Amino acid sequence: MDWEALWLSIKLSSVTVIILIPFAILASRFLAYHHFTGKSWVEALIMVPLVLPPTVIGYYLLVGLGSQSWLGRFLEQVLGQQLVFHFSGLVVASIIVNIPFAIQPIQRAFESVPQEVRDAAACCGMSPLKILFKIELPLVWPGVLTALVLCFSHVLGEFGVVLMMGGNIAGETKTVAISIYDSVQAFDFASAGQMSLVLLLFAITVLALTTSMSRRLGRAYGSRHS
Amino acid sequence: MKHWFKLVSVCVVLVSSLVSVPARSDDVPAIAAASNIKFALDEIASQFTQDTGRKVNISYGSSGNFVAQIRHGAPFQLFLSADEKYIHQLQKYDASLGEGTLYAVGRLAIAAPKYSPLELDPELEGLKSLLKAGKLQRFAIANPDHAPYGERAREVLQGLGLWDSLKPKLIYGENVSQAAQFAVSGSTQGGLIALSLAIAPQFQAMGHYKVIPEALHTPLTQRMILTSKAGETAKVFYQYLQSDSARQVFSDFGFGLPEPDQSETVKPALVKSKLVKPELSQPETGN
Repeated sequence: MDWEALWLSIKLSSVTVIILIPFAILASRFLAYHHFTGKSWVEALIMVPLVLPPTVIGYYLLVGLGSQSWLGRFLEQVLGQQLVFHFSGLVVASIIVNIPFAIQPIQRAFESVPQEVRDAAACCGMSPLKILFKIELPLVWPGVLTALVLCFSHVLGEFGVVLMMGGNIAGETKTVAISIYDSVQAFDFASAGQMSLVLLLFAITVLALTTSMSRRLGRAYGSRHS
Repeated sequence: MKHWFKLVSVCVVLVSSLVSVPARSDDVPAIAAASNIKFALDEIASQFTQDTGRKVNISYGSSGNFVAQIRHGAPFQLFLSADEKYIHQLQKYDASLGEGTLYAVGRLAIAAPKYSPLELDPELEGLKSLLKAGKLQRFAIANPDHAPYGERAREVLQGLGLWDSLKPKLIYGENVSQAAQFAVSGSTQGGLIALSLAIAPQFQAMGHYKVIPEALHTPLTQRMILTSKAGETAKVFYQYLQSDSARQVFSDFGFGLPEPDQSETVKPALVKSKLVKPELSQPETGN
Protein backbone atom coordinates (compact mmCIF):
# COMPACT_ATOMS: atom_id res chain seq x y z
CA MET A 1 0.00 0.00 0.00
CA ASP A 2 1.57 3.23 -1.17
CA TRP A 3 0.28 5.84 1.28
CA GLU A 4 2.54 8.52 -0.11
CA ALA A 5 0.97 8.15 -3.55
CA LEU A 6 -2.54 8.12 -2.11
CA TRP A 7 -1.84 11.26 -0.11
CA LEU A 8 -0.32 12.95 -3.16
CA SER A 9 -3.42 12.10 -5.19
CA ILE A 10 -5.75 13.47 -2.52
CA LYS A 11 -3.66 16.64 -2.32
CA LEU A 12 -3.74 17.00 -6.10
CA SER A 13 -7.50 16.50 -6.17
CA SER A 14 -8.04 19.05 -3.40
CA VAL A 15 -5.84 21.73 -4.93
CA THR A 16 -7.43 21.23 -8.35
CA VAL A 17 -10.95 21.50 -6.98
CA ILE A 18 -10.17 24.54 -4.81
CA ILE A 19 -8.74 26.43 -7.78
CA LEU A 20 -11.13 25.16 -10.41
CA ILE A 21 -14.57 25.36 -8.76
CA PRO A 22 -14.67 29.13 -8.01
CA PHE A 23 -13.50 29.78 -11.55
CA ALA A 24 -16.04 27.33 -12.94
CA ILE A 25 -18.88 29.00 -11.00
CA LEU A 26 -18.11 32.39 -12.53
CA ALA A 27 -17.50 31.00 -16.03
CA SER A 28 -20.59 28.82 -16.10
CA ARG A 29 -22.76 31.64 -14.74
CA PHE A 30 -21.52 33.84 -17.54
CA LEU A 31 -22.16 31.12 -20.12
CA ALA A 32 -25.62 30.41 -18.74
CA TYR A 33 -26.85 34.03 -18.79
CA HIS A 34 -25.11 35.54 -21.80
CA HIS A 35 -25.51 34.98 -25.45
CA PHE A 36 -22.83 36.11 -27.82
CA THR A 37 -21.55 35.22 -31.22
CA GLY A 38 -19.16 32.32 -31.14
CA LYS A 39 -20.64 30.98 -27.91
CA SER A 40 -20.86 27.48 -29.31
CA TRP A 41 -17.18 27.63 -30.21
CA VAL A 42 -16.28 28.67 -26.67
CA GLU A 43 -18.40 25.84 -25.32
CA ALA A 44 -16.80 23.41 -27.75
CA LEU A 45 -13.36 24.52 -26.61
CA ILE A 46 -14.38 23.93 -23.00
CA MET A 47 -15.66 20.45 -23.81
CA VAL A 48 -12.61 19.40 -25.83
CA PRO A 49 -10.71 17.72 -22.95
CA LEU A 50 -13.70 15.42 -22.55
CA VAL A 51 -13.25 13.82 -25.95
CA LEU A 52 -9.47 14.07 -26.36
CA PRO A 53 -7.43 11.08 -25.23
CA PRO A 54 -5.45 12.00 -22.09
CA THR A 55 -2.25 11.10 -23.92
CA VAL A 56 -2.92 13.94 -26.37
CA ILE A 57 -3.29 16.45 -23.54
CA GLY A 58 -0.23 14.94 -21.87
CA TYR A 59 1.75 15.27 -25.08
CA TYR A 60 0.83 18.94 -25.57
CA LEU A 61 1.63 19.75 -21.96
CA LEU A 62 4.94 17.88 -22.09
CA VAL A 63 6.04 19.59 -25.29
CA GLY A 64 4.32 22.93 -24.65
CA LEU A 65 5.38 23.43 -21.05
CA GLY A 66 8.68 21.54 -21.16
CA SER A 67 12.02 23.29 -21.03
CA GLN A 68 12.29 23.00 -24.82
CA SER A 69 9.42 25.42 -25.43
CA TRP A 70 9.42 29.22 -25.08
CA LEU A 71 6.30 29.06 -22.90
CA GLY A 72 7.90 26.49 -20.62
CA ARG A 73 11.07 28.55 -20.30
CA PHE A 74 9.07 31.74 -19.71
CA LEU A 75 6.97 30.15 -16.97
CA GLU A 76 10.07 28.64 -15.43
CA GLN A 77 11.62 32.10 -15.16
CA VAL A 78 8.47 33.73 -13.79
CA LEU A 79 7.63 30.99 -11.31
CA GLY A 80 11.19 29.98 -10.57
CA GLN A 81 9.93 26.46 -10.96
CA GLN A 82 9.58 24.09 -13.83
CA LEU A 83 6.04 22.90 -14.40
CA VAL A 84 6.51 19.54 -16.04
CA PHE A 85 7.65 16.70 -13.77
CA HIS A 86 6.56 18.78 -10.81
CA PHE A 87 3.47 18.81 -8.65
CA SER A 88 2.46 22.24 -9.95
CA GLY A 89 2.50 20.86 -13.49
CA LEU A 90 0.09 18.14 -12.45
CA VAL A 91 -2.19 20.81 -10.99
CA VAL A 92 -2.20 22.69 -14.31
CA ALA A 93 -2.88 19.45 -16.19
CA SER A 94 -5.69 18.40 -13.83
CA ILE A 95 -7.36 21.80 -14.12
CA ILE A 96 -7.31 21.66 -17.92
CA VAL A 97 -8.56 18.08 -18.05
CA ASN A 98 -11.36 18.79 -15.58
CA ILE A 99 -12.73 22.05 -16.99
CA PRO A 100 -15.66 20.29 -18.73
CA PHE A 101 -16.47 18.24 -15.62
CA ALA A 102 -16.61 21.42 -13.56
CA ILE A 103 -18.43 23.74 -15.96
CA GLN A 104 -21.02 21.41 -17.42
CA PRO A 105 -23.08 20.58 -14.28
CA ILE A 106 -22.81 24.11 -12.86
CA GLN A 107 -23.86 25.72 -16.13
CA ARG A 108 -26.94 23.45 -16.34
CA ALA A 109 -27.80 24.39 -12.75
CA PHE A 110 -27.49 28.13 -13.46
CA GLU A 111 -29.64 27.73 -16.57
CA SER A 112 -32.40 26.19 -14.48
CA VAL A 113 -32.62 29.20 -12.13
CA PRO A 114 -35.78 31.02 -13.31
CA GLN A 115 -35.26 34.48 -14.78
CA GLU A 116 -38.17 35.84 -12.67
CA VAL A 117 -36.41 34.94 -9.45
CA ARG A 118 -33.32 36.86 -10.45
CA ASP A 119 -35.40 39.77 -11.72
CA ALA A 120 -37.35 39.91 -8.49
CA ALA A 121 -34.14 39.97 -6.48
CA ALA A 122 -32.76 42.76 -8.65
CA CYS A 123 -36.01 44.72 -8.24
CA CYS A 124 -35.63 44.45 -4.48
CA GLY A 125 -32.37 46.32 -4.87
CA MET A 126 -29.98 43.42 -4.28
CA SER A 127 -26.54 43.87 -5.76
CA PRO A 128 -25.43 41.32 -8.38
CA LEU A 129 -22.96 39.89 -5.91
CA LYS A 130 -25.65 39.56 -3.26
CA ILE A 131 -27.92 37.86 -5.78
CA LEU A 132 -25.16 35.39 -6.54
CA PHE A 133 -24.59 34.51 -2.89
CA LYS A 134 -28.13 34.75 -1.49
CA ILE A 135 -30.24 33.53 -4.39
CA GLU A 136 -28.28 31.77 -7.10
CA LEU A 137 -25.68 29.80 -5.20
CA PRO A 138 -28.20 28.14 -2.86
CA LEU A 139 -30.18 27.14 -5.94
CA VAL A 140 -27.23 25.85 -8.01
CA TRP A 141 -25.59 24.15 -5.06
CA PRO A 142 -26.44 20.60 -6.25
CA GLY A 143 -24.74 21.35 -9.56
CA VAL A 144 -21.66 22.68 -7.76
CA LEU A 145 -21.61 19.59 -5.58
CA THR A 146 -21.80 17.32 -8.62
CA ALA A 147 -18.98 19.24 -10.29
CA LEU A 148 -16.89 19.02 -7.14
CA VAL A 149 -17.33 15.27 -6.78
CA LEU A 150 -16.78 14.61 -10.48
CA CYS A 151 -13.57 16.63 -10.56
CA PHE A 152 -12.22 15.26 -7.31
CA SER A 153 -12.70 11.64 -8.30
CA HIS A 154 -11.60 12.26 -11.85
CA VAL A 155 -8.26 13.69 -10.69
CA LEU A 156 -7.86 10.73 -8.35
CA GLY A 157 -8.15 8.41 -11.33
CA GLU A 158 -6.20 10.43 -13.87
CA PHE A 159 -3.55 8.27 -15.49
CA GLY A 160 -2.55 9.09 -19.07
CA VAL A 161 -1.70 12.74 -18.55
CA VAL A 162 0.27 12.04 -15.39
CA LEU A 163 2.20 9.23 -17.04
CA MET A 164 3.18 11.45 -19.98
CA MET A 165 4.24 14.59 -18.14
CA GLY A 166 4.68 13.54 -14.52
CA GLY A 167 7.78 11.42 -14.72
CA ASN A 168 6.64 9.03 -11.99
CA ILE A 169 8.66 10.64 -9.18
CA ALA A 170 7.69 9.41 -5.73
CA GLY A 171 6.30 12.13 -3.46
CA GLU A 172 6.17 14.59 -6.33
CA THR A 173 4.27 13.18 -9.32
CA LYS A 174 3.68 9.53 -8.52
CA THR A 175 -0.08 9.50 -8.02
CA VAL A 176 -2.07 6.54 -6.80
CA ALA A 177 -3.10 5.49 -10.33
CA ILE A 178 0.55 5.41 -11.42
CA SER A 179 1.50 3.59 -8.25
CA ILE A 180 -1.06 0.87 -8.96
CA TYR A 181 0.34 0.50 -12.48
CA ASP A 182 3.86 0.25 -11.00
CA SER A 183 2.85 -2.36 -8.45
CA VAL A 184 1.30 -4.57 -11.11
CA GLN A 185 4.47 -4.35 -13.18
CA ALA A 186 6.52 -5.31 -10.14
CA PHE A 187 4.26 -8.36 -9.59
CA ASP A 188 3.19 -6.77 -6.31
CA PHE A 189 -0.46 -7.71 -6.70
CA ALA A 190 -1.14 -7.46 -2.97
CA SER A 191 -0.30 -3.77 -2.95
CA ALA A 192 -2.08 -3.07 -6.24
CA GLY A 193 -5.15 -4.88 -4.95
CA GLN A 194 -5.20 -2.94 -1.68
CA MET A 195 -4.87 0.42 -3.37
CA SER A 196 -7.50 -0.46 -5.96
CA LEU A 197 -9.86 -1.53 -3.19
CA VAL A 198 -9.31 1.74 -1.30
CA LEU A 199 -10.14 3.71 -4.46
CA LEU A 200 -13.18 1.57 -5.20
CA LEU A 201 -14.57 1.97 -1.68
CA PHE A 202 -13.85 5.69 -1.79
CA ALA A 203 -15.67 6.07 -5.11
CA ILE A 204 -18.74 4.18 -3.91
CA THR A 205 -18.88 6.10 -0.62
CA VAL A 206 -18.51 9.50 -2.28
CA LEU A 207 -21.14 8.75 -4.91
CA ALA A 208 -23.60 7.47 -2.32
CA LEU A 209 -23.04 10.51 -0.10
CA THR A 210 -23.43 12.94 -3.00
CA THR A 211 -26.63 11.37 -4.22
CA SER A 212 -28.20 11.47 -0.78
CA MET A 213 -26.94 15.01 -0.16
CA SER A 214 -28.24 16.42 -3.41
CA ARG A 215 -31.56 14.68 -2.76
CA ARG A 216 -31.79 16.36 0.65
CA LEU A 217 -30.72 19.69 -0.81
CA GLY A 218 -33.21 19.26 -3.63
CA ARG A 219 -35.97 18.78 -1.06
CA ALA A 220 -34.85 21.79 0.95
CA TYR A 221 -34.78 24.17 -2.00
CA GLY A 222 -37.52 22.61 -4.09
CA SER A 223 -36.32 20.17 -6.71
CA ARG A 224 -36.49 22.38 -9.75
CA HIS A 225 -33.36 20.87 -11.21
CA SER A 226 -32.91 17.23 -11.79
CA MET B 1 -18.71 41.93 -0.30
CA LYS B 2 -17.63 40.35 2.98
CA HIS B 3 -18.62 36.86 1.83
CA TRP B 4 -16.66 37.22 -1.31
CA PHE B 5 -13.58 38.36 0.52
CA LYS B 6 -13.83 35.55 3.03
CA LEU B 7 -14.25 32.95 0.32
CA VAL B 8 -11.27 34.22 -1.63
CA SER B 9 -9.03 34.45 1.40
CA VAL B 10 -9.96 30.95 2.55
CA CYS B 11 -9.15 29.67 -0.95
CA VAL B 12 -5.82 31.44 -1.00
CA VAL B 13 -4.82 30.07 2.38
CA LEU B 14 -5.88 26.54 1.48
CA VAL B 15 -4.16 26.57 -1.89
CA SER B 16 -0.94 27.99 -0.57
CA SER B 17 -0.83 25.49 2.26
CA LEU B 18 -1.48 22.63 -0.12
CA VAL B 19 0.68 23.71 -3.04
CA SER B 20 3.80 24.14 -0.99
CA VAL B 21 5.06 20.62 -1.32
CA PRO B 22 7.08 19.71 1.77
CA ALA B 23 10.47 20.93 0.71
CA ARG B 24 12.95 18.12 0.36
CA SER B 25 15.65 19.83 2.30
CA ASP B 26 17.89 16.81 2.17
CA ASP B 27 19.56 15.70 -1.04
CA VAL B 28 17.34 12.87 -2.30
CA PRO B 29 17.98 12.68 -6.03
CA ALA B 30 15.35 11.51 -8.51
CA ILE B 31 16.76 8.65 -10.53
CA ALA B 32 15.33 7.21 -13.73
CA ALA B 33 15.93 3.52 -14.29
CA ALA B 34 14.93 1.02 -16.93
CA SER B 35 12.30 -1.25 -15.50
CA ASN B 36 14.27 -4.43 -16.15
CA ILE B 37 16.69 -3.62 -13.31
CA LYS B 38 13.94 -2.90 -10.76
CA PHE B 39 14.51 -5.80 -8.42
CA ALA B 40 18.30 -5.57 -8.56
CA LEU B 41 18.37 -1.80 -8.16
CA ASP B 42 15.88 -1.78 -5.29
CA GLU B 43 18.24 -4.11 -3.45
CA ILE B 44 21.32 -2.03 -4.29
CA ALA B 45 19.54 1.16 -3.25
CA SER B 46 18.59 -0.22 0.14
CA GLN B 47 22.17 -1.40 0.69
CA PHE B 48 23.33 2.05 -0.34
CA THR B 49 21.06 3.68 2.21
CA GLN B 50 22.32 1.32 4.89
CA ASP B 51 25.96 1.93 4.01
CA THR B 52 25.89 5.68 3.51
CA GLY B 53 22.74 6.98 5.19
CA ARG B 54 21.80 8.63 1.91
CA LYS B 55 18.51 8.03 0.13
CA VAL B 56 17.60 7.92 -3.55
CA ASN B 57 14.21 8.20 -5.20
CA ILE B 58 14.01 5.79 -8.13
CA SER B 59 11.40 5.89 -10.91
CA TYR B 60 11.14 2.88 -13.19
CA GLY B 61 9.93 2.99 -16.78
CA SER B 62 10.95 2.45 -20.37
CA SER B 63 14.29 3.91 -21.44
CA GLY B 64 12.87 5.58 -24.55
CA ASN B 65 10.26 7.39 -22.49
CA PHE B 66 12.88 8.62 -20.02
CA VAL B 67 15.00 10.06 -22.83
CA ALA B 68 11.98 12.11 -23.97
CA GLN B 69 11.26 13.26 -20.42
CA ILE B 70 14.88 14.18 -19.66
CA ARG B 71 15.08 16.15 -22.91
CA HIS B 72 12.02 18.10 -21.82
CA GLY B 73 13.56 18.92 -18.48
CA ALA B 74 12.71 16.06 -16.14
CA PRO B 75 14.64 16.50 -12.89
CA PHE B 76 16.37 13.12 -13.03
CA GLN B 77 19.95 13.29 -11.79
CA LEU B 78 21.00 9.85 -12.91
CA PHE B 79 19.65 7.72 -15.73
CA LEU B 80 20.23 3.97 -15.91
CA SER B 81 19.28 2.91 -19.40
CA ALA B 82 18.49 -0.59 -20.57
CA ASP B 83 20.53 0.04 -23.70
CA GLU B 84 23.41 2.41 -24.29
CA LYS B 85 21.74 3.53 -27.49
CA TYR B 86 19.47 5.77 -25.41
CA ILE B 87 22.42 7.28 -23.56
CA HIS B 88 23.94 8.16 -26.92
CA GLN B 89 20.69 9.83 -27.93
CA LEU B 90 20.89 12.02 -24.84
CA GLN B 91 24.54 12.84 -25.48
CA LYS B 92 23.70 13.96 -29.00
CA TYR B 93 21.23 16.38 -27.50
CA ASP B 94 23.45 17.63 -24.70
CA ALA B 95 27.13 17.37 -25.50
CA SER B 96 28.13 18.42 -21.98
CA LEU B 97 27.16 15.02 -20.61
CA GLY B 98 30.02 12.60 -20.10
CA GLU B 99 30.42 9.14 -21.48
CA GLY B 100 28.65 7.42 -18.66
CA THR B 101 29.54 3.92 -17.56
CA LEU B 102 28.47 0.44 -18.52
CA TYR B 103 26.98 -1.09 -15.41
CA ALA B 104 25.54 -4.40 -16.58
CA VAL B 105 24.95 -6.62 -19.57
CA GLY B 106 21.37 -7.79 -19.88
CA ARG B 107 20.22 -11.29 -20.80
CA LEU B 108 16.97 -12.54 -22.22
CA ALA B 109 14.91 -15.43 -20.93
CA ILE B 110 11.92 -17.29 -22.26
CA ALA B 111 9.29 -17.50 -19.56
CA ALA B 112 5.94 -19.16 -19.20
CA PRO B 113 3.24 -19.27 -16.56
CA LYS B 114 2.85 -22.43 -14.52
CA TYR B 115 0.80 -25.09 -16.35
CA SER B 116 1.47 -23.47 -19.74
CA PRO B 117 1.64 -25.99 -22.63
CA LEU B 118 4.80 -24.20 -23.75
CA GLU B 119 7.92 -26.32 -23.22
CA LEU B 120 10.86 -24.10 -22.34
CA ASP B 121 14.30 -24.56 -23.88
CA PRO B 122 17.11 -22.15 -24.82
CA GLU B 123 16.75 -22.75 -28.57
CA LEU B 124 12.98 -22.14 -28.57
CA GLU B 125 12.21 -25.58 -30.02
CA GLY B 126 9.20 -25.84 -27.72
CA LEU B 127 7.87 -22.52 -29.00
CA LYS B 128 8.37 -23.65 -32.58
CA SER B 129 6.46 -26.89 -32.14
CA LEU B 130 3.64 -25.27 -30.18
CA LEU B 131 3.31 -22.70 -32.95
CA LYS B 132 3.29 -25.44 -35.60
CA ALA B 133 0.63 -27.35 -33.73
CA GLY B 134 -1.48 -24.19 -33.81
CA LYS B 135 -1.80 -24.23 -30.03
CA LEU B 136 -0.02 -20.94 -29.33
CA GLN B 137 -2.52 -18.14 -28.82
CA ARG B 138 -0.57 -15.29 -27.28
CA PHE B 139 3.11 -14.56 -26.72
CA ALA B 140 4.43 -11.47 -24.92
CA ILE B 141 7.46 -9.31 -25.66
CA ALA B 142 8.28 -5.71 -24.84
CA ASN B 143 7.47 -3.20 -27.58
CA PRO B 144 10.38 -3.59 -30.04
CA ASP B 145 9.99 0.00 -31.22
CA HIS B 146 11.18 1.66 -28.04
CA ALA B 147 12.08 -1.04 -25.50
CA PRO B 148 15.55 -2.58 -25.85
CA TYR B 149 14.46 -5.98 -24.56
CA GLY B 150 11.67 -6.01 -27.11
CA GLU B 151 14.14 -5.14 -29.83
CA ARG B 152 16.42 -8.03 -28.82
CA ALA B 153 13.46 -10.38 -28.55
CA ARG B 154 12.57 -9.50 -32.13
CA GLU B 155 16.18 -10.21 -33.14
CA VAL B 156 16.07 -13.62 -31.50
CA LEU B 157 12.77 -14.52 -33.15
CA GLN B 158 13.93 -13.26 -36.53
CA GLY B 159 17.20 -15.14 -36.21
CA LEU B 160 15.36 -18.38 -35.52
CA GLY B 161 12.94 -17.78 -38.40
CA LEU B 162 9.99 -17.51 -36.03
CA TRP B 163 9.16 -13.82 -36.38
CA ASP B 164 6.75 -13.86 -39.31
CA SER B 165 4.64 -16.77 -38.11
CA LEU B 166 4.68 -15.57 -34.50
CA LYS B 167 3.93 -11.91 -35.22
CA PRO B 168 0.11 -12.20 -35.26
CA LYS B 169 0.25 -13.84 -31.81
CA LEU B 170 2.45 -11.23 -30.19
CA ILE B 171 1.29 -8.81 -27.56
CA TYR B 172 3.54 -5.90 -26.68
CA GLY B 173 4.28 -4.60 -23.21
CA GLU B 174 4.95 -0.88 -22.90
CA ASN B 175 8.22 -1.89 -21.25
CA VAL B 176 9.80 -5.21 -20.38
CA SER B 177 8.23 -5.30 -16.91
CA GLN B 178 4.80 -5.17 -18.42
CA ALA B 179 5.81 -7.82 -20.95
CA ALA B 180 6.99 -10.01 -18.07
CA GLN B 181 3.73 -9.48 -16.27
CA PHE B 182 1.83 -10.40 -19.46
CA ALA B 183 4.06 -13.45 -19.91
CA VAL B 184 3.01 -15.00 -16.60
CA SER B 185 -0.49 -13.58 -16.43
CA GLY B 186 -1.97 -16.85 -17.65
CA SER B 187 -3.61 -15.19 -20.62
CA THR B 188 -0.47 -15.77 -22.67
CA GLN B 189 1.42 -19.01 -23.15
CA GLY B 190 4.66 -17.22 -22.39
CA GLY B 191 7.03 -14.50 -23.48
CA LEU B 192 10.58 -13.34 -24.06
CA ILE B 193 11.59 -11.12 -21.16
CA ALA B 194 14.55 -9.86 -19.16
CA LEU B 195 16.36 -12.58 -17.23
CA SER B 196 16.72 -10.16 -14.31
CA LEU B 197 12.95 -10.08 -13.91
CA ALA B 198 12.49 -13.84 -14.35
CA ILE B 199 15.01 -14.45 -11.55
CA ALA B 200 13.13 -12.28 -9.04
CA PRO B 201 11.26 -14.29 -6.40
CA GLN B 202 8.09 -12.30 -7.12
CA PHE B 203 8.17 -13.69 -10.66
CA GLN B 204 9.13 -17.23 -9.78
CA ALA B 205 6.03 -17.61 -7.67
CA MET B 206 4.03 -17.40 -10.90
CA GLY B 207 6.14 -18.79 -13.68
CA HIS B 208 9.36 -20.45 -14.78
CA TYR B 209 12.06 -19.59 -17.31
CA LYS B 210 15.08 -20.67 -19.39
CA VAL B 211 17.99 -18.41 -20.31
CA ILE B 212 18.42 -17.51 -23.99
CA PRO B 213 21.98 -17.93 -25.34
CA GLU B 214 23.78 -14.62 -25.70
CA ALA B 215 24.83 -15.49 -29.23
CA LEU B 216 21.24 -15.11 -30.46
CA HIS B 217 21.14 -11.34 -30.11
CA THR B 218 23.38 -8.31 -30.02
CA PRO B 219 24.57 -7.63 -26.48
CA LEU B 220 22.28 -5.65 -24.20
CA THR B 221 24.92 -3.31 -22.88
CA GLN B 222 23.30 -1.21 -20.20
CA ARG B 223 24.84 2.19 -19.60
CA MET B 224 24.16 4.86 -17.02
CA ILE B 225 24.87 8.54 -17.05
CA LEU B 226 24.77 11.47 -14.64
CA THR B 227 22.70 14.31 -16.02
CA SER B 228 23.56 17.98 -15.74
CA LYS B 229 21.28 18.17 -12.68
CA ALA B 230 23.27 15.64 -10.65
CA GLY B 231 23.95 16.56 -7.06
CA GLU B 232 26.28 15.03 -4.53
CA THR B 233 24.19 12.00 -3.56
CA ALA B 234 23.55 11.10 -7.20
CA LYS B 235 27.28 11.19 -7.83
CA VAL B 236 28.03 9.07 -4.79
CA PHE B 237 25.36 6.57 -5.88
CA TYR B 238 26.84 6.51 -9.38
CA GLN B 239 30.14 5.42 -7.85
CA TYR B 240 28.40 2.97 -5.55
CA LEU B 241 26.79 1.26 -8.55
CA GLN B 242 30.29 0.37 -9.74
CA SER B 243 31.38 -1.06 -6.39
CA ASP B 244 31.90 -4.77 -5.87
CA SER B 245 28.82 -5.17 -3.72
CA ALA B 246 26.57 -3.54 -6.34
CA ARG B 247 28.13 -5.65 -9.09
CA GLN B 248 27.49 -8.72 -6.99
CA VAL B 249 23.77 -7.86 -6.83
CA PHE B 250 23.61 -7.31 -10.58
CA SER B 251 25.30 -10.65 -11.07
CA ASP B 252 22.87 -12.33 -8.65
CA PHE B 253 20.02 -11.08 -10.82
CA GLY B 254 21.46 -12.69 -13.94
CA PHE B 255 23.27 -9.73 -15.45
CA GLY B 256 26.64 -10.08 -17.09
CA LEU B 257 29.26 -7.73 -15.67
CA PRO B 258 31.11 -5.32 -17.91
CA GLU B 259 34.84 -4.90 -17.42
CA PRO B 260 35.28 -2.16 -14.83
CA ASP B 261 37.83 -0.34 -16.96
CA GLN B 262 35.88 -0.65 -20.17
CA SER B 263 34.81 2.94 -19.90
CA GLU B 264 35.57 5.77 -17.57
CA THR B 265 34.69 4.70 -14.06
CA VAL B 266 35.49 7.97 -12.36
CA LYS B 267 34.76 11.20 -14.14
CA PRO B 268 37.81 13.44 -13.81
CA ALA B 269 35.58 16.41 -13.02
CA LEU B 270 34.14 14.61 -10.03
CA VAL B 271 37.51 13.84 -8.53
CA LYS B 272 38.54 17.46 -8.85
CA SER B 273 35.46 18.78 -7.11
CA LYS B 274 36.01 16.35 -4.23
CA LEU B 275 32.38 15.32 -4.38
CA VAL B 276 33.19 11.66 -4.54
CA LYS B 277 34.08 10.13 -1.26
CA PRO B 278 35.75 6.77 -1.61
CA GLU B 279 35.01 5.75 1.98
CA LEU B 280 31.42 4.82 1.29
CA SER B 281 31.20 2.44 4.20
CA GLN B 282 31.28 5.26 6.73
CA PRO B 283 27.70 6.22 7.42
CA GLU B 284 27.07 9.89 6.91
CA THR B 285 25.34 11.71 9.69
CA GLY B 286 23.13 14.74 9.59
CA ASN B 287 21.59 13.79 6.31
